Amino acid sequence: MAPTYFDHNATTPISPRVREAMWSWLGVPANASSRHQFGRAASRALEQAREQVAAAVGAHPTQVIFTSGGTEADNLAIQGVCGGMEPSRLVVSAIEHPAVMRPAQALQRQGWQLASVEVESNGQVSRTRLKETLRKPTALVSVMLANNETGVLQPIPELAETARSHGALFHTDAVQALGRIKVDFAALGVHAMSISAHKIGGPQGCGALIVDKRLDLRPLLYGGGQEKGRRSGTENIAAIVGFGVACESLKTAPLMTEALRDVLEAGLRQRNAVIFGARAPRLPNTSFFAFPGIDGETLVMALDRAGYAVASGSACSSDSSDPSHVLLAMGVSPELAQGAVRVSLGPENTLQEVEGFLQALDSVLSNLRQMAAIAA
Amino acid sequence: MSIKTPIYLDYAATTPVDPRVAEKMIPYLTEHFGNPASRSHVFGWVAEKAVETAREQVAALVNCDPKEIIWTSGATESDNLAIKGAAHFYAATRGRHILTISTEHKAVLDTVRELERQGFEATYLDPEPDGLVDIEKFKAALRPDTVLASVMLVNNEIGVIQDIATLGAICREKGVVFHVDAAQATGKVEIDLQRLPVDLMSFSAHKTYGPKGIGALYVRRKPRVRLEAQMHGGGHERGMRSGTLPTHQIVGMGEAFRIAREEMAAENVRILKLRNKLLAGLQTIEEVYVNGSLEHRVPHNLNMSFNFVEGESLIMAIKDVAVSSGSACTSASLEPSYVLRALGRSDELAHSSIRFSLGRFTTEEEIDYTIALVRAKIGKLRELSPLWEMYQEGVDLNKVEWAIH
Amino acid sequence: MAYSAKVLDHYENPRNVGSFSKDEKNVGTGMVGAPACGDVMKLQIKVNDEGIIEDARFKTYGCGSAIASSSLVTEWLKGKTLDEAMTIKNSDIAEELALPPVKIHCSVLAEDAIKAAIADLRQKQAKNVETPACTATCKE
Repeated sequence: MAPTYFDHNATTPISPRVREAMWSWLGVPANASSRHQFGRAASRALEQAREQVAAAVGAHPTQVIFTSGGTEADNLAIQGVCGGMEPSRLVVSAIEHPAVMRPAQALQRQGWQLASVEVESNGQVSRTRLKETLRKPTALVSVMLANNETGVLQPIPELAETARSHGALFHTDAVQALGRIKVDFAALGVHAMSISAHKIGGPQGCGALIVDKRLDLRPLLYGGGQEKGRRSGTENIAAIVGFGVACESLKTAPLMTEALRDVLEAGLRQRNAVIFGARAPRLPNTSFFAFPGIDGETLVMALDRAGYAVASGSACSSDSSDPSHVLLAMGVSPELAQGAVRVSLGPENTLQEVEGFLQALDSVLSNLRQMAAIAA
Repeated sequence: MSIKTPIYLDYAATTPVDPRVAEKMIPYLTEHFGNPASRSHVFGWVAEKAVETAREQVAALVNCDPKEIIWTSGATESDNLAIKGAAHFYAATRGRHILTISTEHKAVLDTVRELERQGFEATYLDPEPDGLVDIEKFKAALRPDTVLASVMLVNNEIGVIQDIATLGAICREKGVVFHVDAAQATGKVEIDLQRLPVDLMSFSAHKTYGPKGIGALYVRRKPRVRLEAQMHGGGHERGMRSGTLPTHQIVGMGEAFRIAREEMAAENVRILKLRNKLLAGLQTIEEVYVNGSLEHRVPHNLNMSFNFVEGESLIMAIKDVAVSSGSACTSASLEPSYVLRALGRSDELAHSSIRFSLGRFTTEEEIDYTIALVRAKIGKLRELSPLWEMYQEGVDLNKVEWAIH
Repeated sequence: MAYSAKVLDHYENPRNVGSFSKDEKNVGTGMVGAPACGDVMKLQIKVNDEGIIEDARFKTYGCGSAIASSSLVTEWLKGKTLDEAMTIKNSDIAEELALPPVKIHCSVLAEDAIKAAIADLRQKQAKNVETPACTATCKE
């Protein structure tokens, strides 16, 4: 039997509609820069996808720059905004994804000052703290809309407003938020926003940076001048079409509710789990929790054998066994953080699957506790 | 005889995905959708295994260690990563001069220009009139502070093949990092990286019947070449290139390169025959010129100038045949091809050029049809051309004082 | 880039292609553009004794829009006086053919060709002598 997939924050299954739309673009030679009819057809499909993506996030099509994914979008935002300026100061939250954190650190090596804004114990960045950090002149602030591990939502409109009133530009990584909560670029009031296709039933290898058109952006990739010179490279037409269809589907599919996650968490609490970020508004699909005394990595492996695919943190950092930097930033003890497990649900998951998971958890936990008792 | 139009003769711009490649991609667009970086469950493991198999397939085509292959979003990113990455890493120790060729792809030229804005110096060496780099001129253009040289293996517009082995040996001797853009070369010329003294090589899937949005950079391990990452994040690809790996695209590139390795020899023979037929059918037209060396050229390419006929109007006239008047990236501009100008071609010949690029699915019937169509339309357009009329009246066009507008 | 139906029509069925003898005194020849720029337009008008343009011919080296622009003006010129012909504006041509912004220069070239042809004719008639042989020389 195929395992049950509970790791939608890592990547999502491709929806059949998306797959079908992509399919027809694989077999044709379509370079959107070519002027013959093959190229013109590709160029039309590209622009249609751009409209679909823009409509899904409340932006104008000209504000959409297609990239190879969320990581490139984040890099383009951070390096692109700062790259054209004299080194000054850059502020990111302490819980950012490495795709924001690492380019920020790269800028630090080039002479930029990098400040991190801490989060409260509920996982949120407070406006007061951001204000304090912005007492020194700052060029760019980057705070993610929804955290990939805890699912905690940040009050982006407030934070962006604060940044603007201090003369700073604002970027948000909305990769985990898109498709799970309503995302409206204009209403968020940010200058740049990263999104990714494979978190919303679209293909891997495609994302976008949504930008305020007044933003002076230095490209990451130079070459043929695609995307109005802001991102060179032959357009990945099949994936972009797939991204467009995935965005289009968001219009009709209702957003997931917390119902299933709440059933899961009620069961987890009964079994004495600590749930991280539960006091803050969160993505409806994400639960990040730990059982004191149980190692997260071990629990994840045991759950995998029991037929449930979950994660001990974000996929990109799952190479490392360090405790989650997000939890440490929230003031969680390293011991407890070491036990963290993430369940991220998708629209195809069912109540039966969640109930089955809780049952499996009982036997897994009792096995692990028995082993721990023997070891002690 | 009925023939399906439009006929695609623009394989150098992009190729269709081979049906066999598409077939291999399907499972990774359906049940095997995992993120290869997910280490905690079978969805991730399946994806990771597929990624590593593809890495071996890519390495096998160019005879290198799979560990030397870094996935990127395409040749443009590979070129950017190689050139900026190596230039930044070695600038402090080796110097800030870059040598490249004026006929390189924009992904190389514009990246070097960006480095110039950052304080590097650059030399853009013109090739000889046949499109090939003169070895002595290349040697002379290297400086003690040259950190990197970048020369493409196969030119995208004229299809000429550079002598990478010799150029690489010179760079090796002088301690210059040598980058080669091989986007147009895979599946067309043999590449043996055990033998070639190349440090960095860029690849693209979609020029070799794989999907768009995926490419690779070869980074030599012995002697080791270091790069400064350009895209930072989760630390994928040993920190050299972060970002979730698009499994289905990688699987597609692997399969495309596997097929290329197996079928290249036979395919080149077949395509050369077709190309020569096209050439024979067109070169008997009066006042046509082949651009670039015919001898050192991939079989897939034929770039010709039809004097006194403007290229764009010819493309419009033969609209049943999809060709290009230069590279796809620059064809939106009205400028004549910078590649042809670098060969010393006059502006009018550069304005009159057409690139025919043949590929796996090109048939003899399509070539016959193309020859007949081009011959007919050249005749028609020359009837319309004041330059043709003057040429026939014996006017020397170079002596005419044209109004500059 | 997609061409408008009118451009395609003129391109596929160009009107009034050809040449008059440059030496006839009631023929004005305008040649504008340069091969290096990718466009050369030769426009000729033939006027009758009343000063009305009774016929026009063109040859053009250039893109489809350039060919269509010159074909169109040969139609427009017929039946006009020289003064009326002088009022044809590039914007009229661009509008009629629905030229995209990157092709506006084709309509500019066509307007220049009209002016050059008329100037050539007027110069000829003022001198009332035959023009020198090298009419290929073109000036704006």
